Formats: sequence, C-alpha cells, structure tokens
Amino acid sequence: MEKTLNHKAWFLVLPVILLVAFSAVIPLMTVVNYSVQDTFGQNKFFWVGLEWFEEMLHSERMWDALGRQLMFSAIILSIQIPLGVFVALNMPKSGFWSSFCLVMMSLPLLIPWNVVGTIWQIFGRVDIGLLGYTLDAMGISYNYTQDTFAAWVTIIIMDVWHWTSLVALLAFAGLKSIPDAFYQAAKIDQASRWAIFRYIELPKMMGVLMIAILLRFMDSFMIYTEPFVVTGGGPGNATTLLSIDLVKMALGQFDLGPAAAFSIMYYLVILIISWVFYTVMTNLEKKGGLSDD
Amino acid sequence: MTDATANVMLGNVIAATPKKRIKIKGSVVVMTVYLLFLLLPIYWLLTMSLKTNTEILNEFTLWPRDLTFANYAKILTDPSWYTGYINSMIYVTLNTVISLSVALPAAYAFSRYRFMGDNQLFFWLLTNRMAPPAVFALPFFQLYSSIGLFDTHIAVALAHCLFNVPLAVWILEGFMRGVPKEIDETAYIDGYSFGRFFVKIFTPLIASGIGVAAFFCFMFSWVELLLSRTLTTVDAKPISAIMTRTQGAAGIDWGVLAAAGVLTIIPGALVIYFVRNYIAKGFALGRV
Repeated sequence: MEKTLNHKAWFLVLPVILLVAFSAVIPLMTVVNYSVQDTFGQNKFFWVGLEWFEEMLHSERMWDALGRQLMFSAIILSIQIPLGVFVALNMPKSGFWSSFCLVMMSLPLLIPWNVVGTIWQIFGRVDIGLLGYTLDAMGISYNYTQDTFAAWVTIIIMDVWHWTSLVALLAFAGLKSIPDAFYQAAKIDQASRWAIFRYIELPKMMGVLMIAILLRFMDSFMIYTEPFVVTGGGPGNATTLLSIDLVKMALGQFDLGPAAAFSIMYYLVILIISWVFYTVMTNLEKKGGLSDD
Repeated sequence: MTDATANVMLGNVIAATPKKRIKIKGSVVVMTVYLLFLLLPIYWLLTMSLKTNTEILNEFTLWPRDLTFANYAKILTDPSWYTGYINSMIYVTLNTVISLSVALPAAYAFSRYRFMGDNQLFFWLLTNRMAPPAVFALPFFQLYSSIGLFDTHIAVALAHCLFNVPLAVWILEGFMRGVPKEIDETAYIDGYSFGRFFVKIFTPLIASGIGVAAFFCFMFSWVELLLSRTLTTVDAKPISAIMTRTQGAAGIDWGVLAAAGVLTIIPGALVIYFVRNYIAKGFALGRV
C-alpha cells in the first residue's frame, strides 16, 4: 500500500515512545551506568571504563554459557521448525476437528512458564512422574538432576512440547491462505506430493516461517524460567544458559559491574542476530513472499 | 479450502484413491500422536492434583484411586493462595489496557504514513521485544523502588509493557495494513474528524486484530514470572510466584502444587476457547 508522507504521524507514535522510553531506556541506562563503574558498597561508585567488558570477554564462564545457549537455540530450532511444519501439514483444514486441534495445541502456550517447568519436573521424576517412572521401569537410567545428558534431553523435550505448537499454528495460517486454484493447477500438472510442498506450500509459508524462526530464536535465547525450575542450571553448570547465569550473577552474587557488562553484550548478540532475521524478513515481504501483498 | 473439494478431486482421479486414503489415515495418526504428547504431561498434573499426597508418594497409579478435592479446597479457601490469582488478573488486565491504548494510534501511524525515521523507530520498538527480561530485572527493581511503585500492580503492568507494547504494535500494524486506505480518505471527505473516524469506522474494521493483540498481551503477561516476581513481595505477588512456597519443611506438598498449576492453566484455556477462530491468523501477527 502506498503510504503518504506525514511527519505529524509522530504525534500518534509519541505515547508508545514515552512509555517504552520509561520502561526500556531508563533501565538500560542504569545497566550501562553499572557496566563502567565499580562499587565498594554504600553507593560509592568509581569509574572503571571498559574494564568489566574486558574481564567478561576473557571470562570462560561467559563463553561457556554462550556456547550452551547457542547449542540450545540451534537444537530447538532444528527440531521445532520442521516438526511444526510437519504437524501443520497434517492438521485438519476445517470443521470441528480443526478447531479442536487449534485449541488443544495452544494450551501449552498459555501455561505460566514456571508451571511448564513444574509440569516437566514432576513428569520426569523417577518416583512420581509418568515419564521418569516408565523409563525407569524399562530399565533405562534416567535422572535429570544428576546426569548431564538426561538434563539436556529433558529441557529440550520440554521446549519442544512448549513451543512447537506456535510454529505449527503459524505454518497452518500460511497454509490456509493458499488458494485452492494452486492445488488444482498442481493436480493438472500431476505434481508429486513433494513437488506441491516444495514449490507451492513452502514458498507461501516462507513469510510466516520467518516470523516463527525470529520469535523462536529470540525467546529461546532469553529462556530462563523453565530450565531454571527443572534443573536449576545443573547438574553443575551443564544447563546454565545465559539468562540463568546472568540472574545468578546480578541478583545472586550482586556483582553489578560484570553482570551489567554481561547484560549489554548479551543484548547486543540478540540484537545483531535478530536484525539479520528482520532484514531477511522485510526483504521477503517486499518481494511479495507473503501471500497478501 | 474444504473437504468437499478434496473429495471431488478424489473421485476424479480413481487411480490415486487408495493412496489418498492411506494419507488421510496417516495425518490422523500424526495428529493423535502429537496431541497425546502435548496432553500427557498436563493430564499427569491433573491426576496428581486429585490425589492425596500419600497416594502420590507411595503408590504409582495412572488415575486417582481416592479421588479428593482437598488440594483445590485448600487453595480456594486460603486468602494467601487465592489473592495470587487476583493479583495476576489485575496486572494482566492493566497491562492489556495500557498496551492496547498506546499501540493503537502508533500502529495506525506505521500502517498509513511515512515519516522521519519510521523504519528505524519500528525496529527499535521490536528490539524491546528481544530484550531478555533477565537483563532488566535488577534495573526495574531499582527504578520502581525509587519512584515508590514497588510491589504494586501497576509496576508489573508497566514492566510487562516492555515486551507487550512492541508486540501489540507489530500485530495491529499487520491487521491495519489489510484495511484499504480509500476507507480513511472517504471518511475524511465525508467530514469525519480523525478521532471520530478512528472510533466509529476504523476500530470495528480491525476488531479481530484488536482481539488478537489483546490475547497476546494477556498471554505474555500471564506466563511471565521473572519480572513479576522481582517487582513484588506481598501485595501484588502473582500466583506463579506463590506456587514456589509449597516446598515446606516437610518436603513438597505435591498435591497442592499440582492443583495450583492446574488452576493457572484454566484462564488461558478459557481465553483460547473464545478466540479459537482467530488463533491461527493471530499467531501469524495478522500477516496472512
């Protein structure tokens, strides 16, 4: 749609800017402030420049947490995106069962995140949880509080359980917007199922899939509550993802300077990766990759 | 896209018929397995909430043998429990109202006008959706303490605006783009002022978009714990934070914990039921 040039539109955006400035810019400035100062308590601060940043850049702890975080996000994206598309392709297109699937699939999305953690904490316990008990009865040793591998499997399955439906719902919305004529044309051309998916469904889903990837990347990269409730970052530091480490540092040990420097670098990493996704996405939208343009 | 057309197509291509039938069965199997995977952990929580602690800990049963509602009764009669639900409800509602009322005009501006720095501004807004709450927990705590809003509902509501306002703008902009601009222009020619046009004509046209945006604000405010826990102690403490105290000296009170968990799922389930026809479009942020 052609947009008119109108600088007065700033007045319409002003409330948002003020509100976000209050709830984002002021706190962010506080963080920046801490990141360049040191304190010996009693609100006495000393300028230390970029010392904290240097310290954090050389800190093995942060690099380890970043590595775990990247691994976590990569694993869950590579499971959730294909699985979500696969589920969407198999969903009933209309009628009662379609609504039924939609409602059931949205259920995990609306559960408070610590309850999600609690559900899986209980579900995986060997003494009282269905999953843990069953695995134990089958003779598979499974203990997510002691064993690193089991802990990782648990938090990954939990995240797949929690968020795959979001990808599926997005892909489903993309699929539903494809006009029937496309399928009829494919039928006439005797296109194979794979060809229909590859040349009709996938291109039409691309726009919403980019939204799915962007949202899932952002949210998985700042995940805190669910793994914290289940494993508390353990065993050892095996599942200490970036946010868990940051909260430990800032609210647990009250190391404000390093924590602030950590925060800023953490935020920058998310921003850069998201900016890449966003640019790709808007380019796709401009090219008409989205169905309604 | 109806099953009827699919059936007609099936009839036409006789050779493909048996193959098609198998495929339909396959999709039912896939969906059944997937839904089972989704519902099994929730079912487990539900059965646990209906068992006594003795049964939970001492015998492994797939469904409650001594059905009990004592766990629920405990939560619903003890003010220190049920005020958590009221607190959560208050700040979620406040947050939804604030987010929508600032996001509506902004989304309109982004969908209709070009202005200085509009793209940059839009991306800057989105960056706040990407901000990890863990980064903001401590600064928020200090900010709201210093202005005397600590442990109030409005503090949590404002803090959640950090991620809900950008999301609401994003969703509403998608829906508003779908409304042809000619409608605005006709209304202005007919002598409508901006305000009257917006309320009388435009808002009804994007009603489903507003519903979807409200749903998302509700959802993300409802499920968030880190900020709401950091910003409250007693008066505005959300239910999800209260849940953590079932861990007493005598171990965890599993039954009550499960019952509290089930009760936090119910509001979400109700809201989903009401917006079920918009869910798919809503999750695509209006961009389908």
